[in-house]
Amino acid sequence: MEPRPKSFYILSGFFALFLLFLYGPTITIAILSFQGPGGGLTFPMRGTSLHWFRNLFEQQAVGDIWGSFRRSFALGLMVMVTTVILSVMGGLAFRKKFKGSGILFYLIITSLVIPSILISLGVGLIFSQSGLEVHWSTSGFGSQLTWTLPFGLLIMFAVFNRFDQSYEEAARDLGASPWQTIRHVVLPIIAPSLIGVALFGFTLSYDEFARTLLTSGSYNTLPLEIFGMTTNVTTPVLYALGTLTTVFSLLMIALFLCLALWSTRRKARAGSDAGKGML
Amino acid sequence: MLKNNTLIGWLMALPIMAVLVFFLVLPILMIVTVSFWQATEFSIIPAFNFENYAFLFGSEVTYRVFFNTFKYAFTTWIFTLCIGFTVAYFLAFHVRSLTWQIVLFLLCTIPFWTSNIIRMISWIPFLGRNGIANSTLTSWGVIDQPLDWLLFSDFAVILAFVHLYTLFMVVPIFNTMMRIDKSLIEAARDAGASGAQILWNVVIPLTKPGIMIGTIFVATLVMGDFITVRFMSGSQSANVGRLISNDIALLAYPSASATAVVLLLTVLIVIGIMLRFVDIRKEL
Repeated sequence: MEPRPKSFYILSGFFALFLLFLYGPTITIAILSFQGPGGGLTFPMRGTSLHWFRNLFEQQAVGDIWGSFRRSFALGLMVMVTTVILSVMGGLAFRKKFKGSGILFYLIITSLVIPSILISLGVGLIFSQSGLEVHWSTSGFGSQLTWTLPFGLLIMFAVFNRFDQSYEEAARDLGASPWQTIRHVVLPIIAPSLIGVALFGFTLSYDEFARTLLTSGSYNTLPLEIFGMTTNVTTPVLYALGTLTTVFSLLMIALFLCLALWSTRRKARAGSDAGKGML
Repeated sequence: MLKNNTLIGWLMALPIMAVLVFFLVLPILMIVTVSFWQATEFSIIPAFNFENYAFLFGSEVTYRVFFNTFKYAFTTWIFTLCIGFTVAYFLAFHVRSLTWQIVLFLLCTIPFWTSNIIRMISWIPFLGRNGIANSTLTSWGVIDQPLDWLLFSDFAVILAFVHLYTLFMVVPIFNTMMRIDKSLIEAARDAGASGAQILWNVVIPLTKPGIMIGTIFVATLVMGDFITVRFMSGSQSANVGRLISNDIALLAYPSASATAVVLLLTVLIVIGIMLRFVDIRKEL
């Protein structure tokens, strides 16, 4: 191998600083959430304790955190499942050009770039003017889909752009029906990417703030609850909550990534053995 | 055959279309409609007048706030572009094994899947009056007394934007860089180009689509934001998003809608200009 140029070391340093910039603040609040009971929002640490975490479990100390967590979790799962199913259908639809596919494509891009507050405002207005009540599982659910679907679809477009169609032709030649081709050939091949779509669907919904602001009704989701806390909570209990939900997010991300890795390996194992035969 | 394609295509795309019609198209139409309505103290009433727009364009505040919005977008763009390009360049051209590329790339993307609000909150212990930055600088003797402009200022807003959105530059730029044929770079080197010349004449032109996509993301996210500006400026600065959210808080929906329409048009014009330089469907 040729030796590393000097620029490699400079860029490595830059990259390390970038990672520090990305993760440093989060690590800091993770440390500070273990403040002693008398500690404040900044260093120095006045002892270490689990005081602020315990505080989270006492209902009266802060708002309805656990209720909002349950809602966010349920909503995240709903959005995840819907995003995966609709993205696959959309991805399949877009493989062949159909009349109006251009319009739909631009709608998807619009959905991605439209300022979130417009969705919040518009959906809120529609519900209030037609006498419906906004609720996280209806208006909030739909509003979040406008954010997760574009990501899911763009991933599916990228996947199908690289999809080798000869597999399907082979399946058809062997007499598989269109549904069998999708079920036994296409879906197993794109499975790892579907896990990626699921990851986007869940995490983007779980953390979504702006699009849920006016559309979740009287029961807050977790990000809304946390934002509410920033205006009236001035103790490290805020950090404790931040640390807990970040840890939860990281666990979910790790779970999805492990699933993706597992399904990639499985695909490689179950895939073609062409060229590996005994000579 | 073509007709059949269209039918199947539409059937498969129908659920997405339904979601987008109900939660994207109709809300936009609703906002446009309401922007012509009138507001009383307690309710909004259907009407057709241009009062909201007249008020919006007649107020000096609007122009200042729009200027502020562009200022945030432009400054954030410069920083995210420089940082994002450098990071993507390092990942694509200096990290040699695919496994390491994936691992380091994931390290850059993981924060994207965690909460933005918590990532904003996490700057408090750094930037506060008694925060890490101030106490470090004081102990080094760089400053005599704590700087007040670190937290709750334009500086904090830009810092948070860069922190939250650099990723949106890294991913598309990295994606296009990975598709650059390495033999092109070798050819340039064989032809006697220096590292800087290769970067300027080969890598950057070939990376342009990625840069444009990243730019679209960053520009629209920053222009449509209201929460970062509110939180990081301590409610001292305003952008268009905050103008809208303030109106909403006052239940002045018609006026909020008028501002929203103007914001949407501004964003769409900006994107329309950028889309002239890149074909997104080709880049996926």
